[in-house]
Amino acid sequence: MDRVKDLASKKAAVIFTKSSCCMCHSIKQLFYELGASPAVHELDNDSYGREMEWALRGMGCNPSVPAVFIGGKFVGSSKDIISLHVDGSLKQLLMDARAIWF
Amino acid sequence: MIVVLFTRIGNQIGKLHHTKYKLQIIQEAGQGKGSSLHHEENINAEGSTIDSFRVSDFGAFDQSYRVEDAVDLSGNSTYNSLKVSNQTISPVSVHISNLGQLPTSLEKSQLTIQTEPHRLQLQKVQSSNPGTILVVNTDNQEESAMADASPRTDISTDLDTDDKNQPYDRNLSVVAVSDSSDRSKDKSDQKTLRRLAQNREAARKSRLRKKAYVQQLESSRLKLTQLEQELQRARQQGIFISSSGDQAHTLSGNGAMQFDAEYARWLEEQNRQINELRAAVNSHASDTELRMIVDGILAHYDEIFRLKGVAAKADVFHLLSGMWKTPAERCFLWLGGFRSSEILKLLVSQLEPLTEQQLMGITNLQQSSQQAEDALSQGMDALQQSLAETLSTGAPASSGSSGNVANYMGQMAMAMGKLGTLEGFIRQADNLRQQTLQQMHRILTTRQSARALLAIHDYFSRLRALSSLWLARPRD
Repeated sequence: MDRVKDLASKKAAVIFTKSSCCMCHSIKQLFYELGASPAVHELDNDSYGREMEWALRGMGCNPSVPAVFIGGKFVGSSKDIISLHVDGSLKQLLMDARAIWF
Repeated sequence: MIVVLFTRIGNQIGKLHHTKYKLQIIQEAGQGKGSSLHHEENINAEGSTIDSFRVSDFGAFDQSYRVEDAVDLSGNSTYNSLKVSNQTISPVSVHISNLGQLPTSLEKSQLTIQTEPHRLQLQKVQSSNPGTILVVNTDNQEESAMADASPRTDISTDLDTDDKNQPYDRNLSVVAVSDSSDRSKDKSDQKTLRRLAQNREAARKSRLRKKAYVQQLESSRLKLTQLEQELQRARQQGIFISSSGDQAHTLSGNGAMQFDAEYARWLEEQNRQINELRAAVNSHASDTELRMIVDGILAHYDEIFRLKGVAAKADVFHLLSGMWKTPAERCFLWLGGFRSSEILKLLVSQLEPLTEQQLMGITNLQQSSQQAEDALSQGMDALQQSLAETLSTGAPASSGSSGNVANYMGQMAMAMGKLGTLEGFIRQADNLRQQTLQQMHRILTTRQSARALLAIHDYFSRLRALSSLWLARPRD
């Protein structure tokens, strides 16, 4: 849990993924399209991966990946990201966190 | 002394198949004079004739007797009572000819109602004096059972000579004579009258039953042809309909069929709602009323997305295939549905005039949905590539060492996992469509939303009509 929080605060946009997860790939692509350069942490390649996944689930993230943090705060999984993107909120969040500028 | 006399009037008998008949004549000497003659014959009547059957009487009548019942069974199935009183009858020999054309089967088994039952009503006359007899001459085209003419018991069979189904005309007269003394004459008279009436009643009832059954069959047949036509029409519309009566339906098959049915119902309801909206817009209804209808339509869209979610769990490939949509719609299929960005592009021109803010909002919405669609498409591409890699690595399947088998199993397990993520993609695609519709509604005014929903529906309607035309086009 701490590790998750720790990593999440290190950059404006942080995404926790798994290398095998294709939906994570989609969300990453969306962020790149928006001009953000999120920090990507693959849980299956992290020594604490299992605990981190457990912590993410505890936060209510289902499925556990992709898990998106903007400005250190937990935003949600793919469903939340798409919803926020459609109504324009995602862009605003990114701008507020200085992940993007326009 | 009893004499049984019966004659057969009428000749034409229809085809008789495989019926046996047993003709049994029992006679019993009343006064101990003469010999009793018990005659029984089994005749298989398949168009064959038997020789005349002769029953001779024994002894002479030295008593007056009365012909109690003469049952004349004509083609009209009426019973005529023939009473001959006070006649002396000299020894009579009875000829029964052409019995081969009378298939009768007298058995004690239950009478079955066939579509063309012909049974012969038989009259039993009982008198206090030792008794009488009865001849049953029945005709039966199917294998209806007849009552057994056993000695000294009631013999009754139903005669149902239904005119319209009967290609022949037959008459049978049965005359039973008993030597009853005058004092019991009245009693047996009444009894037999009653029995006659009962027999008539029974015959009438069985005719009615037969009629009702035939009518039922006819209406079921009509219904069947109607259903077949509907099925044909529905197939033409390209809706996936699996064959009926298939016992081997898998769970996914059922999921697909169920979703198709639900989708059809959903479309009907949407048509109804859109018509209501159109009427309201054309009649310049108030904003409040419009908003109510628009909210209803949006909630209805929520419903189809919910149904698709359920169907994605049951049979994701059915949704992805688009077989639940018409062919022309399938052309534009993206991740199991329509592309929101395309819809918005169509709408912009139709929604004018838009305020500056609205125009910006719609443009942004179009761009966002486009980006989300691209992201999801890229994810799908990655999935496809990953699946291909999973199935192509490792030793070829032909080599049989256990290590390879383990590899193969491992590969399959991984591939299965990847296929499982397809459901997630369809779910997010539907989520995108749902969010786009709702955001559009937020940007536009009520009246504009109404027009937008009408435009969207008209567009898909035309696609569906195009599909029908395409499927019905004349081919060389």
